[in-house]
Amino acid sequence: MSTAPQSGSAVSESRRTPLIVFAWLWVGVPLAYGLYELVQKATQLFTK
Amino acid sequence: MTPPLAPVGWSRWLVPPAALSVHLSIGQAYAWSVFKPPLESALGLSGTQSALPFQLGIVMLGLSAAFGGTLVERNGPRWAMTVALVCFSSGFLISALGAATEQFWLIVFGYGFVGGIGLGIGYISPVSTLIKWFPDRPGMATGIAIMGFGGGALIASPWSAQMLESFGATGDGIAKAFLVHGLVYAVFMLLGVLLIRVPRPDSVPKARAKAAAPASALVTTAQVSARSAVRTPQFWLLWIVLCMNVTAGIGILEKAAPMITDFFADTDTPVSVSAAAGFVALLSAANMAGRIGWSSTSDVIGRKNTYRLYLGVGALMYLLIAQFGDSSKPLFIVCALVILSFYGGGFATVPAYLKDLFGTYQVGAIHGRLLTAWSAAGVLGPLIVNRVADSQEEAGKSGPGLYGLSLTVMIGLLIVGFVANELVRPVHPRHHLPANTPGTKPETAQPAQRKETPDEHSTTERERSV
Repeated sequence: MSTAPQSGSAVSESRRTPLIVFAWLWVGVPLAYGLYELVQKATQLFTK
Repeated sequence: MTPPLAPVGWSRWLVPPAALSVHLSIGQAYAWSVFKPPLESALGLSGTQSALPFQLGIVMLGLSAAFGGTLVERNGPRWAMTVALVCFSSGFLISALGAATEQFWLIVFGYGFVGGIGLGIGYISPVSTLIKWFPDRPGMATGIAIMGFGGGALIASPWSAQMLESFGATGDGIAKAFLVHGLVYAVFMLLGVLLIRVPRPDSVPKARAKAAAPASALVTTAQVSARSAVRTPQFWLLWIVLCMNVTAGIGILEKAAPMITDFFADTDTPVSVSAAAGFVALLSAANMAGRIGWSSTSDVIGRKNTYRLYLGVGALMYLLIAQFGDSSKPLFIVCALVILSFYGGGFATVPAYLKDLFGTYQVGAIHGRLLTAWSAAGVLGPLIVNRVADSQEEAGKSGPGLYGLSLTVMIGLLIVGFVANELVRPVHPRHHLPANTPGTKPETAQPAQRKETPDEHSTTERERSV
């Protein structure tokens, strides 16, 4: 009895994988853009 | 609004992006400087005037976090994120109207007052929920969110600059830019509103809860209300710790570009203006990395030890800069980067420290009240650094000599913070809430919550977290 809800929960969680990927991309892509711009600027310390 | 209870099988890995969508947005505040020159030329403002919307925004951040924390705890993270979304976006929309009609007071009111409320409520909105979802790694969880606040400026700075370039730095151009900001941030933050969920009593597996079991006397299983917390010495000791740590970080941040230029002006390898800008960018990266890195480390080595590191090693880094900074550029850069990583880490680790001392019951509200230390440091830090630098210049000093005294002051402040951290002891049991207080024990679910309907979404909004 105790394992049934857990396995159900695991199945439900795995069904949400696309949503998890989408959510992380939603925040990850703008952050990656910000980091790219930052790295471009930071390299000036070593090149100029 | 009823706190949104997670349906069965809801993944806790959906909560950090929900938090990030809010923090990455409100972190835009630190990119306000992009709007300053266009506003000054379009509306004929002085530098001091154009800084007003940002300054009022930061004041409102502190006030709304301090006074709105209890409301956030009562109404839940979805309510808080909705308020943050509405206020932050409306702030931009009101500012767009202000720029289009050339009414600067509307920009101050919109971005500073209305948007500032969004900053404060948004900042504390996910903290308590993240800690409840990640009892085994509260430092990492809050570190991800608070890293977002640092990341927000990295995104907004180039994005806003490009937008102003496209629309033009006129009143109309600025109004269009504000309008686009308001709309885009509303859509972006909506993800957080839709995804945020409070864990149901059985959402956190026993293994994780076990891993979160107290490992030291400082980690309590009891709960303390926000009202009681501010009456404990532990709260005020942490207030001093945060204030000193932030002030020390600002000591570098405020003068980073002129500082590295002055330190190496008379050497064989002087630092150019663009290289100094690169140094400032590198400091931003260290600030962000420290938020997630050191905060996650605190889950392993403990919160008190982590602050020993921030304050003790931070003081040592300042000492190295003061003594040998001008003899080695790599040494100067490494020390400054470490200090800035500690600055970011200090912000991100403090919610978990509060959770250790006061429990999870009203940790968001307690965190909101503690953020007044940030406001105080925001005034104290620049005041010390600028005033000391001015006095040294008047005394005829130049190069590294300009900064000797302020570096010594920063070392002193860090030592004060270190001592305050050493004095932190477990909270006296008289401040603990009775075990049967509603909301203090999520593991004791009410019968209604144990009932699960096949349609998990239909139960989400009806059930109230206890």
